[in-house]
Amino acid sequence: MSDVKPRVRIPKSAKKGDVVEIKSLIEHKMETGQRKGKDGKKIPRKIINRFECKFNGNLVFASDWHPAVSAYPYLAFHFRAEESGEFEFKWIEDGGAEYTKKAKLKVS
Amino acid sequence: MGSTISRYALFGLALAMTAGVAANAVADEKKNWGAYQVEDRRSGYTYAAPETQAMQDDNFQNPGMLWAEIGEELWNKVDGKAGKSCASCHNDPESMKGVAVSYPKYVAEKKNLENLEQRINRCRTDNMKAKEWKYESKELLGMTVFVRHQSLGMPVNVKVDGEAAPYFEKGKAFYNERRGQLDMACKHCHEDFPGMRLRANVLSEGQGNGFPVYRLKWNGVGSLHRRFRGCNKQVRSTPYGYGSDEYLALELYVMWRGRGLPVETPAVRN
Repeated sequence: MSDVKPRVRIPKSAKKGDVVEIKSLIEHKMETGQRKGKDGKKIPRKIINRFECKFNGNLVFASDWHPAVSAYPYLAFHFRAEESGEFEFKWIEDGGAEYTKKAKLKVS
Repeated sequence: MGSTISRYALFGLALAMTAGVAANAVADEKKNWGAYQVEDRRSGYTYAAPETQAMQDDNFQNPGMLWAEIGEELWNKVDGKAGKSCASCHNDPESMKGVAVSYPKYVAEKKNLENLEQRINRCRTDNMKAKEWKYESKELLGMTVFVRHQSLGMPVNVKVDGEAAPYFEKGKAFYNERRGQLDMACKHCHEDFPGMRLRANVLSEGQGNGFPVYRLKWNGVGSLHRRFRGCNKQVRSTPYGYGSDEYLALELYVMWRGRGLPVETPAVRN
């Protein structure tokens, strides 16, 4: 399970003014930095430390994460649909690696 | 009318407060668990925290489904000298519906019990001419989760008579036999005290219907035999090996204890 695979679930379409639920989950071990390996040395911390969500380029949701966040972190939040557009989700890992996923929402 | 109701509510509240734990226990007994309860047998789901239950209920949120996806990818993957994949013989994964509920079962050619993991591996060695997957490898767990998931919601129904009878008796004896430094048998927690606390944990009935489960403690999916090993270690006895005869017999007995409970694979537990 070494591949980091982001997943997102949003409704395909929504009516203008509707509040929709955005669900996200990323396959990530979230190594806390507290564990020791078989050689007795600490396994370095490697977690997702920030999550961002942009809609049509505007930041609509962001959160900073810390070592207490579980493995395979799941995050859901609500969004009021006003116009059609594209979400861009971004998970930022310790060390600067970024994982992104895009999803379109059609608003009628 | 409104005031009558609120007075009753207040009375109820006061009663609950004075009766404390006892009132909670009674309320718990009477709760309708739907499919998660068959007669007096309750799935581990009913002992889990509401947050854990919510994780299991939502396929997207359930991390165990990541393993099911591994299994789904492997289903169509050609492997071994025979040049076959699972799909070459079994076609759609839907053909596996209802298969998992009867495992472990007695297999005449092996003259022994066989669980689903071993059945998958036998398919690999005999039919695909491929290498066995290791117990607890992501491949074997993934495929086991995937195959069992096809039977989601179907009642566990293992055969314990006929040729399986001696294994059943062996499993039953294992279940009731004291072991380890703590001198405890499986029954001392899971039959005598389900619903009670062992330190911070709520003891369940030790049902196997949700396995392989995603355990929050493990940060991953594990098999029933891994759980057996954990339990055995906790009473400070030497655990048996993965797929050992002892655990196969125990698996049969544990599945029989949970007969009729729905397959929940991949369940989420603490």
